[in-house]
Amino acid sequence: MSDPTAHFEELESVVIRFAGDSGDGMQLTGTQFTTTSAVFGNDISTLPDYPAEIRAPAGTLAGVSGFQVNLSQHDILTPGDAPFVLVAMNPAALKASLPDLEIGGIIIVNTDAFTPTNLKKADYESNPLEDGSLKSYEVHEVPLTSLTREALKGLETLSTKEKDRCQNFFALGMTFWIFDRSLDTSESWIENKFAKKPEIAQANKIALETGFFFGETTEVFRRRFHIRPASLPAGTYRNVTGNEAMALGLVTAAQKMDKPLFYGSYPITPASDILHALAPLRNFDVRTFQAEDEIAAMGSVIGAAFGGALAVTGTSGPGLALKSEAMNLAIMLELPMVIVNVQRGGPSTGLPTKTEQADLLQALYGRNGESPIPVLAPKGPSDCFDIAYEACRLAVRAMTPVLVLSEGYLANSSEPWLIPDPNDIEPIVVKHPEGRSEDDAPFFPYLRDEETLGRPWAIPGTPGLEHRIGGLAKAPITGNVSQDPRHHEQMIKLRAEKVARLANAVPEQDVFGPAEGDLLVITWGGTFGAVRTAVTRARKNHNYDVAHAHLRFLNPFPRNMEKILRSYKRILVPELNNGQLAFVLRGTYGLDNIISYPKLHARPFKIGEVYQKLEELFNN
Amino acid sequence: MTEPISLELTRKDFVSDQTVRWCPGCGDYAILAQLQKVLPELGIPKEKIVFISGIGCSSRFPYYMNTFGIHSIHGRAPTLASGLAAANPDLNIWVITGDGDGLSIGGNHLIHAIRRNVNLNILLFNNRIYGLTKGQYSPTSRKGKKTKSSPMGSIEQPLNPLTLALSAEATFVARAMDTDTVHLGEVLKAAAAHEGTSFVEIYQNCVIFNPNEWTGIDDRRTRSDHVIYLEHGQPLIFGKNNDKGVRLNGFKPEVVDLGGEFTEKDLIVHDETSQELAYILAHMEHPTYPPPMGIIRSVRKPTYTEELMGQVRMAQERNGMGDLKSLYHSSDIWTV
Repeated sequence: MSDPTAHFEELESVVIRFAGDSGDGMQLTGTQFTTTSAVFGNDISTLPDYPAEIRAPAGTLAGVSGFQVNLSQHDILTPGDAPFVLVAMNPAALKASLPDLEIGGIIIVNTDAFTPTNLKKADYESNPLEDGSLKSYEVHEVPLTSLTREALKGLETLSTKEKDRCQNFFALGMTFWIFDRSLDTSESWIENKFAKKPEIAQANKIALETGFFFGETTEVFRRRFHIRPASLPAGTYRNVTGNEAMALGLVTAAQKMDKPLFYGSYPITPASDILHALAPLRNFDVRTFQAEDEIAAMGSVIGAAFGGALAVTGTSGPGLALKSEAMNLAIMLELPMVIVNVQRGGPSTGLPTKTEQADLLQALYGRNGESPIPVLAPKGPSDCFDIAYEACRLAVRAMTPVLVLSEGYLANSSEPWLIPDPNDIEPIVVKHPEGRSEDDAPFFPYLRDEETLGRPWAIPGTPGLEHRIGGLAKAPITGNVSQDPRHHEQMIKLRAEKVARLANAVPEQDVFGPAEGDLLVITWGGTFGAVRTAVTRARKNHNYDVAHAHLRFLNPFPRNMEKILRSYKRILVPELNNGQLAFVLRGTYGLDNIISYPKLHARPFKIGEVYQKLEELFNN
Repeated sequence: MTEPISLELTRKDFVSDQTVRWCPGCGDYAILAQLQKVLPELGIPKEKIVFISGIGCSSRFPYYMNTFGIHSIHGRAPTLASGLAAANPDLNIWVITGDGDGLSIGGNHLIHAIRRNVNLNILLFNNRIYGLTKGQYSPTSRKGKKTKSSPMGSIEQPLNPLTLALSAEATFVARAMDTDTVHLGEVLKAAAAHEGTSFVEIYQNCVIFNPNEWTGIDDRRTRSDHVIYLEHGQPLIFGKNNDKGVRLNGFKPEVVDLGGEFTEKDLIVHDETSQELAYILAHMEHPTYPPPMGIIRSVRKPTYTEELMGQVRMAQERNGMGDLKSLYHSSDIWTV
C-alpha cells in the first residue's frame, strides 16, 4: 500500500449511513463496518432503519433500508444526529437520507443505479447528480455495479444476479479504505458465513478487496479519515443490540437461579430477535415455546411459572394489549414472571419497525381492576442485560409479574458491552417451600413473607402442598375464593403494597448535575443517550443550571424520587409519546411545574433537538 | 423434604375442603365422582396431579380436587397447561373445559395443544349450552336451537368436537357420557394412561338450561339401543340384544340388523389406529346413527415435552452444559 497517511484528517467521531434497497444488504454492510470499528477500539452506537415490508418494490422510497453507525474516540451515547458520510446504492436511498446529511458531508453513490427508471421510482424529476442539487456536498460517483461485475468476471459459475449481490461488499471495501480499516474481521466473517459455498465466499472477498483497492488506485477519495480508539474502561468488549443483551440477561438470570428458562412468545416485530437469540440455547436448558398467539404465550408463561421455571414472554405493544387479561391472572395468582414489551409506533399496527415510548400508560394502567405491576425500562442496548436480570430478581422476590419496557430503537441499536465475569454476578436465591406430611401444619398459599409480602412459590410435585389458585377474588392467607368486601379491599392493598415495597430493593435515583436548582430533565428508556449528551453540552457550553435524572424503575419509582422532584424549579420531561410520564408525575406527586416535551415522529430524539429545547427554556 | 405420601390413595384423598356448588342434578357431579374414584387407581402420586380449567360451570372443577390446580381465564387453560408441562414434564395434567370455553373462546388453543401432542388429558364437558352465563347457545348447539340469544332458533352450524380434535391430529380421541359412570371411568383411565394429548368429549347434562339435550341417548335403560360402545379389534355391534351393527356401504356407514341379510362379518371392525375410520365414527350422529362411545383413536407419537427435552439433552451432549462465559464471548470481542 502506498503511504497516504499525509492525507489523513483526524476526526473525534463520525457518523456514517449505508442506505440502499431493502434487498441490498445494507444492514449487513453496516454491521460489518461496526464490528471492524469496534474491534479497532472505537466507541460505537448504531441505528438500523428499515421498512416494515420485507421486500418493498425495488428502487422505491418505501423500500429504502438504512444502517447508521456513529464511531468515536470518546464515550458516545447515540447513533448520531446527522451522517457525515452517506453510501447510497440508488436514487431512492439518496433521496431518503439527504435531509439528514450534514452539510458538506460526503456522498458515495452507485451511478449504475441512477437510471431514468430508478430516478422516476424515487420521484426525482431530474438527475440530482447532474442538476447541481448536491453542490453543498462532496459527491463521489462510483459505478459500483459494473465495477463489481468486472471484478468478478473470472468467476464463471456465478450468475450476474449472484455477482450483483456482492456489491455491498465492494461499497464496504471502499468505506474501509476511506477510514483506513483492516479487512480482516470481515474476511473471516465471510469465510465463516459461506463456509459451505466457497465460490460465494470468494466472490464477496474479491468484491471487498477490489472496493478497498479501488479507493487506493483511483485516488478518487481526496479525503481520508482517522478516528482514534476510544479510552473505554479496561476489559473485554463485544457489540450487542438491545434484543441480544435482553436474551443474555434472561439466560444469566435463569442460570443464577439454577432454573430452566421458559420463553413463551409469539413472533412480533421488533421483539422476535429475543426469541431468535434464545432458541439456540437449549444446552442452557432454555425451553422456547413459539405459541399460537399472544394470549397463548402469556398463558404458557403463567403455567411455566406455576411449574417452577423462570418464565418470560416477549412482545410489542399490540401483543401486550392481547396479553392484558392473562397478565391480570398472573397478578392475581402472584406468580413470578417477566413480560418484555419492545415498544413500537402505535396505536394498532402503527409503525412496526419504528420506535416509540407510548406504552407507558398501557403498562401501568392498561388492565381491568386494580392491577399494580412493577415496570422497568433499559436506557440503552447494553443496559437491557442488567434490566433483564433485575426484572427476574424482583419478580421472584415479590412473587409478581414484572414488565420491562424496551423500545424498537434499543432493541435493534447496538453499542459495545463490557463483558462481565459471570462469577461476579450475584446468584438469585429462590426458596420453594418444602414438602409436608399430614402431621405438619396446613399449607397456606397466600401466607406472605413479612418483609416482601411475597407469597410462597409452591411447585407441583411437592408432597403435601396441593393447593388451588385462580382468577377469582380470594381470602388472604388461604387463598380460598371469597367475595367478602373486606377481603377484597385487603387483597387489593396487599398487592399494591407488595409492589410498592420493591422500592426498598432497588437503588436510589441518581442525578447528573446539581442536586437542586433551576431545571431538572427527567427521562426514561432509550432517550437517555440523546438527552444526557444534550444536557452535558448545554452545561459545558452555556453553564446552564440543569440536571438530568434518568429513570430505570417506573413502578415503583425510586424511594428518593419525590425529594429530587421537589428540588428544582422546573421539570422538563422529553419522551417519545404525547406526555405520558409527565402525566404520571403530575398525578403521582401533584406537581404543577412539569413541562412536557413530546416527540411524535416514531423516531429517536436527536441531540440537537433536545439541546435547542434547553436553549429555548433558558433564553425565554 | 419429607418422604412422598404413600401411594395407597383413596377417593377421600382427592376431595378438597371446598363445598361443591353446581346445580342439583348437574352432570358435573358424576364426572367429579368418577375422577375422584379413578385417580387413586392410577398409581400416580397425588402431588404430581394438576387440574387446570378455564371459565364456565365445568371450570370450577379444580377447586373440588385436592390436588394442585389453577382456575384460569376463559378459554386459556390449554395454554397454561402447555407451559406447565414444558416447565415440569413429569406432571399428570388435566385440562377441564366445556363447549363454550374450549370450542368458542378457546378454540385456537385447543387445536394447538392437540397438534403439539402435549401430554395433557383434556376433558371437554359438552352440554351444548352456555350455563354460567344463563342459557345462550354454544358452538355445539344444534341448528335451530332456541335459547335466550337465539329466540327464533340458532342459525349456526355446530362444531363436532371429535372431528375438530381429529383434524388437529389428536393421538387420543374418546367419548363418554356423564350418566354411564362405569364406562366413563374406563375412558378416563385410558386417557390418563395415554402419552400425549388425550381428548375426551363427555356428553354432560345441563339440567337447568338444556335438560333434554341427550334424551334418547343417556337413559340407562335404553341407551344400549342408541349408542355404540367401541372396542379395538371388535366389530361395531350394538343394541340391547346385540342385534344391530354398522357396516360400510361405499364410503358411508350404514346401520344394519344382524341375523338376516347381514352377519358380524359384514360389519366394520374397530381399529383405534385408523385415522380414516376415526373420521367415519366421529361423524356418526344421533339420531341417524348410534353415536360412538369409547376410544375412537389411540396412537403413540412423541409428545411435545419428549421432543423438547430431547433437544435439551441433545444440545447438552453436543455443546456441553451451557457456560455463560463462553456465551458472552461468542461474538467478535476486543480488549481495551
